[in-house]
Amino acid sequence: MNSIILSFENVTFTYTQEDASVKPAVQDLSFSIQDGEWIALVGHNGSGKSTIAKLMNGLLFPQTGKVSAMGQLMAEESLWDIRSQMGMVFQNPDNQFVGATVQDDVAFALENNGVPHEEMVLRVKESLHQVKMEAYLDHEPHHLSGGQKQRVAIAGALALRPRLLILDEATSMLDPQGRMEVIETIRELREATGLTVISITHDLEEAALADRILVMNAGQKQLEGTPDEVFLSGNELTTLGLDLPFSMRMTHLLQEAGVQLQGEHMTEDELVDELWTFYSRK
Amino acid sequence: MDILLKEVGYSYAKDTPFEKRALTNVSLHIPSGSYTAIIGHTGSGKSTVLQHLNALLKPTEGSVVIGERKIEAGVKAKNLRDVRRQVGIVFQFPEQQLFDETVLKDIMFGPMNYGVPEEEASRRAHELVEQLGLPSEVLAKSPFDLSGGQMRRVAIAGVLAMEPDVLVLDEPTAGLDPRGRREIMDLFHQLHIQKGLTTVLVTHSMEDAARYADTVAIMHDGRCVVTGDPAEIFSNEEQLRDYRLEPPRTIRLQRKFEEKAGITLDAISLTEEALAKNIALALSEGRDSE
Repeated sequence: MNSIILSFENVTFTYTQEDASVKPAVQDLSFSIQDGEWIALVGHNGSGKSTIAKLMNGLLFPQTGKVSAMGQLMAEESLWDIRSQMGMVFQNPDNQFVGATVQDDVAFALENNGVPHEEMVLRVKESLHQVKMEAYLDHEPHHLSGGQKQRVAIAGALALRPRLLILDEATSMLDPQGRMEVIETIRELREATGLTVISITHDLEEAALADRILVMNAGQKQLEGTPDEVFLSGNELTTLGLDLPFSMRMTHLLQEAGVQLQGEHMTEDELVDELWTFYSRK
Repeated sequence: MDILLKEVGYSYAKDTPFEKRALTNVSLHIPSGSYTAIIGHTGSGKSTVLQHLNALLKPTEGSVVIGERKIEAGVKAKNLRDVRRQVGIVFQFPEQQLFDETVLKDIMFGPMNYGVPEEEASRRAHELVEQLGLPSEVLAKSPFDLSGGQMRRVAIAGVLAMEPDVLVLDEPTAGLDPRGRREIMDLFHQLHIQKGLTTVLVTHSMEDAARYADTVAIMHDGRCVVTGDPAEIFSNEEQLRDYRLEPPRTIRLQRKFEEKAGITLDAISLTEEALAKNIALALSEGRDSE
């Protein structure tokens, strides 16, 4: 049982409790995340994702139910210990820089935590290496591209050696290339370190890479499963304001256009393969 | 309303040690009634061009003609009020510009500032809120109590309330969920047609540029390097890659299929629907020919 790194048990949170007309932002939510998993938390704007992120790191406390992390119940007393094992990267790359150079910025939290200088230098290098930004040690953060900024922000979180990394829409303000850079960085990190990652996102292409997807709607958990399982529910996702990955959308459109495809295709190559067998059979 | 950039050059902080050139010899014609997408890699000068479209920036070389007005380098441009009303800009993350106590007041602020009577401004606000798919109750609420997606819509309503002739959109759907993105892009397209607007879309999304625009301009390294219709621009993948752009996903998939099947489809697929149709056609033709 000790392999559960974070769990929500029947968590409900309402922003304005006194106003009965306001619905809870999160309602009776339960889920748990195993050590080493990559979880994507998806949902449309206003589905409760950001509230969940705030409940995860103790910026908010549930009115009913329990949040536990790193084997402890989230409470005023345990908060700082839990947070020290948790790295967070937020949406806006420009809002999370404090250092004048890339390495100062990554070192900031280490300094705050009283890490000795030699150790600090080592960790800064190591974490920037993990996100492939070691060549930018002395660059000014605001001269970097969006994708680079987010990678530095990830390095800042990694330097504290967290057990859990939470990405709160960390790719949603980036251009397509920046988004790819960040997703690739997370993938490589996971391969190299097995770090537990929670990515809060509405990019379904990004969610498709996770081990498990939780789909939120109106503060409640609507679906849960592997990407294959979740995407198979097709129309349900669309009615929730989300979307299917491109290759699955194309599969459906082709079926509507009269092409009798058999499979559900998670990747473009799979789809092209089936189209080709189709074509070569003609 | 036509907008014409003629050999425009622009340097930030000109004649200071911090001078930084952003645009070089940009010539671009945005015909009245067109839907023009400006695409280009991050840092290519898209946003600088955008700010010339209603004289927020004035060229340091060359000239910009906006409807009847000509803004020339080195010539002081006075009274740009009309230009600013005629060309409405929806900036990136426009919800950051919301400020008033209520949604109604926020939307009315722009038009009333231009002397539109209160009653008329209020009428526009009510109409726009409905058009943007928001419940009318939001009018009385503080814009800061709304969700991110709703705030975005209110901010857009504030620009539309000025009834501009030209609508300039800078990544208007960044950060929205897939449904919100589609709804807002469809709405702009609908307005473009209904009101006969001239629309300029600055975007990183090749898919949006391919789907909605009738003219595409590529910015690269501060220059406007190519303009053309979307089919022409997006079928030239080599050229796109030279400018560090990727073709839309539909075209990438079309090429993969063509390569594998050893055929060439009749048309370039600018939308997902078109791609499905083109492939279905190729498959049925394959059957007929045997």
